[in-house]
Amino acid sequence: MKLLFKSIEKDGCGSIGLVPEEPEDMWHAYNLIAEGDSVTASTVRKVQTESSTGSSTSNRVRTVLTINVENIDFDTQACVLRLKGRNIVENQYVKELDAHLPISFLQSFLWDDECDLHRPMLAFFRATNLIQTISVQMGAYHTLDLELNRKFTLKKVLWDSVALERVETACDPAATADVAAVVMQEGLAHVCLITPSMTLVRSKIDITIPRKRKGFVQQHEKGLNKFYDAVMQGILRHVDFSIVKCVILASPGFVKDQFFEYMIQQAIKTDNKLLIDNKGKFLLVKASSGFKHSLKEVLQEPAVMAKISDTKAASEVKLLENFYMMLQLEPAKAFYGKRHVIKANEAQAVETLMISDKQFRCQDIQQRKEYVALVDSVRENGGEVKIFSSMHVSGEQLDQLTGIAAILRFPMPELEDSEEEDSDTD
Amino acid sequence: MARHRNVRNRSYSDDYDYDDVYGHSVEEESCLSPSDAAQWMYDPSRNRHAIAHFMEGRDDIQEEVENETIDSPHTPLERRESIDLRSLNLDEDDEAKLMSCLDELRNVLGDTISDNTLIQSVLKHHFDFTKSLDEILNKNKKKDFTKPTIQFEPITHVTPAPIISTDGAPKIIATLEPKSLNVVKGFKVEQNNKLSSGPNTPRDQSPATGRSSPRLQHQSNEESKVVAKQKENKLDPKVQYNNERGTEKDHLYIVVIGHVDAGKSTLMGRLLCEMGEVSQRTLHKYEQESKKIGKQSFMYAWVLDETGEERVRGITMDVGRAQFETKTKRVTILDAPGHADFIPNMITGAAQADVALLVVDATRGEFESGFDLGGQTREHALLVRSLGVGQLAVAINKLDTSNWSEERFNEITKKLKSFLKQAGFKEADVTFVPCSGLTGENLVKPPSESELLKWYSGPCLLDVVDKFNIPERPISKPLRMSVNNIFKGIGSGFCVAGRIETGVLNKGDKVLVCPTKEPAEVRSIFINDLPSNVAFAGDQTSVSLSGVDMQNVSVGFILSDPVLTVPVVSRFESRIVVFNVKAPITKGYPVLIHHQSLVESANIIKLKALLNKSTGEVLKKKPRCLGNNSVAVVDIEVCRPICVEKYKDVKELGRVMLRVAGTTIAAGLITDIYP
Repeated sequence: MKLLFKSIEKDGCGSIGLVPEEPEDMWHAYNLIAEGDSVTASTVRKVQTESSTGSSTSNRVRTVLTINVENIDFDTQACVLRLKGRNIVENQYVKELDAHLPISFLQSFLWDDECDLHRPMLAFFRATNLIQTISVQMGAYHTLDLELNRKFTLKKVLWDSVALERVETACDPAATADVAAVVMQEGLAHVCLITPSMTLVRSKIDITIPRKRKGFVQQHEKGLNKFYDAVMQGILRHVDFSIVKCVILASPGFVKDQFFEYMIQQAIKTDNKLLIDNKGKFLLVKASSGFKHSLKEVLQEPAVMAKISDTKAASEVKLLENFYMMLQLEPAKAFYGKRHVIKANEAQAVETLMISDKQFRCQDIQQRKEYVALVDSVRENGGEVKIFSSMHVSGEQLDQLTGIAAILRFPMPELEDSEEEDSDTD
Repeated sequence: MARHRNVRNRSYSDDYDYDDVYGHSVEEESCLSPSDAAQWMYDPSRNRHAIAHFMEGRDDIQEEVENETIDSPHTPLERRESIDLRSLNLDEDDEAKLMSCLDELRNVLGDTISDNTLIQSVLKHHFDFTKSLDEILNKNKKKDFTKPTIQFEPITHVTPAPIISTDGAPKIIATLEPKSLNVVKGFKVEQNNKLSSGPNTPRDQSPATGRSSPRLQHQSNEESKVVAKQKENKLDPKVQYNNERGTEKDHLYIVVIGHVDAGKSTLMGRLLCEMGEVSQRTLHKYEQESKKIGKQSFMYAWVLDETGEERVRGITMDVGRAQFETKTKRVTILDAPGHADFIPNMITGAAQADVALLVVDATRGEFESGFDLGGQTREHALLVRSLGVGQLAVAINKLDTSNWSEERFNEITKKLKSFLKQAGFKEADVTFVPCSGLTGENLVKPPSESELLKWYSGPCLLDVVDKFNIPERPISKPLRMSVNNIFKGIGSGFCVAGRIETGVLNKGDKVLVCPTKEPAEVRSIFINDLPSNVAFAGDQTSVSLSGVDMQNVSVGFILSDPVLTVPVVSRFESRIVVFNVKAPITKGYPVLIHHQSLVESANIIKLKALLNKSTGEVLKKKPRCLGNNSVAVVDIEVCRPICVEKYKDVKELGRVMLRVAGTTIAAGLITDIYP
């Protein structure tokens, strides 16, 4: 993401101009934009123009709209961010309506530009000289699709520390290392793409392989080959070798070796240059199963660590592991759940705070404020704060674990005794 | 019950209704003699002979069953109450003869004698009409009940039709097994009458027997009927089982477990060779081939390790199977892989086994590494125990490497004993046997090695296997069969292989493939590659299915009774025992759940209570985390719905294993399910 300008007042309100450059940035934008913010971006909109003779034509124009965000929708697979809201700024197409009629009354007929039914109404309005030219109405709904390499401006009433930090990490060019990972076991494979703040499952392969039976080994081997072929197709289709640094093949037992052998053989047979050239990018690692969460083990593997060091994914996994270790060895120094962590923070005991970014995306502004205050106060007290991406496997696990956890500086057994954990979320 | 209702659309469920009314004497409502009634009433069993013979459609009966209410206690059996001509295995000529004989007999006898009795006697006398008629008449005389009286007696109490139709199940078998002919059975029933008349009457051989006594009982005691009905339910599959299996040797499934390279496959391979299950030629071939790749010591293991991959690497990867017979049993061995990476396969194997054989390597250093340093000996033993295996034999293998030293044997035995006791094995159920797989010492014959003879006088491995008790087979419960393999069979359709956990599966049965809940029909059943008409709980079978697509069935599915279906849930409560874990279990902990052959990812979503290990009382509600060796109640959510049962309902389907990162962290019993 590129930062174009940043103008923030002392009281925290202000706007920032950004240009998203890769799909990953959409994820950052998703985490930045909250309901109630206003976003200015260029978009395509169908507008209706009316000639003086009264005939109306509608055509699509590219224009810059500013909307007040009411609904945010993020498609994780396609990395598309859609913002829905009402127009709030006038421009050459967006016009305030004539003041003679109540806006809401007119809007009810006019803002739906897809509908033809209001044509007679338009004629009526025109005839009564209420309107000369209709275009997009102020306050009409529009859905902005944020696009790559097109600037957008985000205006917030309050830029809190978490949001500013997010802008900073988003604009840090260093942390971009994409890794593809295939976790598999006999009959099950996940082809995943690991970006600094997201793990995307690109394809899941689930094929039943007949087991070996006395005298019927062929069926097993045939099924196995079918499975390998499907995984190979998955890799070819979803992994862009020009971007990824390495492709991790992880599995229990010898599945990975057998698969790799099969793939190279096939590549030679079909003269697939892409695979042969990138043979060196493959990295074979042990994993306990073909399910997605075994990626966690993969990311802890030293060989993988060396290759993808410094990606958020790996450090998060390690941190969470530390938390569990602490819970095992010194349960009085590791706590989870909002209530416990806040209590611990009150005692200035938090050394490392782990919090899922899902907590900041919540609709409830009050709740977000609470979490931001917690983060700020931990920082103030010299603690470390890690905001986990809920798109990673470790973040997923943290989300399940109430979304917030902390390792303390000193044991607080009294916390443990305070019973009645605030009731569960489910 | 109005009589014209019975004239048309007479169904089996109606028969049962009738049966219920039977207690309060029918003639009050319909003053018809049974013979009159028989003229007017549609008798399904008779009609089927005429029509079904040409149409070969027996499905209609089963469909009716599917419409039945679930809580009807005898539904699973009703399907089998029909008289199945096909099951008699007659060829066309004989069938035609049988039909004509039956018609003749019916002309004389009317409908008072059950079709089955007729068929049996006809078959017995090789389609000779007069002889069989004689027999039937004589039989009735023996019981002081002449047939004509029945026929013309104006106030007989029960219409014969329903009785005949409910007769089916027990007698199909009777026809299959000439030993248990109905004569004997008829008397048996009479003796039982006083105990529980309810269940016996409908299945009574001839409607004439003991007519008055059951009726009185029925009137006097309505409640006992309900109880008795249930009893009947249980009795039937058992009768079937006894008839089918009474003469054969018992089946025993034994899983071979132990640390990698303990010599499991070799031991079993050698055992099979000694039993003569492997031909000399094959063995010679293995010897040559294994020599070629420089792994001659693996020649016996090759008997079970069949895929190229396994042979090249010299380890078992998937469960291997083989059969042999001992003096009293037919044993199927499931040779589990010992390598840590293949524990999922091992769990699949162990879930199907009745007993286990733990193989340990007695070589100095090898035993220790397999037992102490995170080896699989411990994990395997814990797993099989948690999977419900109670009896264990421990083969102390490769004892020849320490020159059959008694000291070494005792050392290992001592260590294992204390561990196995902890794991929950009763001391009496664990046997230790010194042996050597490669040399074949003490496998099938008593030891010949002088060093061993000095101190060992116990049984050889085969005797130990022979002495295992066969666990109780839950035959009377509704059908559940877990699928652990799917493959293309010979000819059309496809086969699923697996173990019948509970109940009985007949050829032609309708089953429900769960969790997708697709109906399918059983085309054929194979037990140990031999075709069979029926399979019982505990059997490992291959079943070819029709009516469902191969793509829609995967490993871990359950074939269930279509009426009493298996629950399909994605969330359940479980009481778990936590093993040695590196990280404590918290809320939201992602785990892999193993349930029979199924592996699915799951989350522990709620820690409900921490329990006292021995007393089971609640120590702490909503604990923050679960440490080593704790017992707790947790809620587990599975990513995709699976078929489970409460432990108290069906033990076999009520157990789960939780694994993380290649280690087993907990074993659980399902205590509650949330539909």
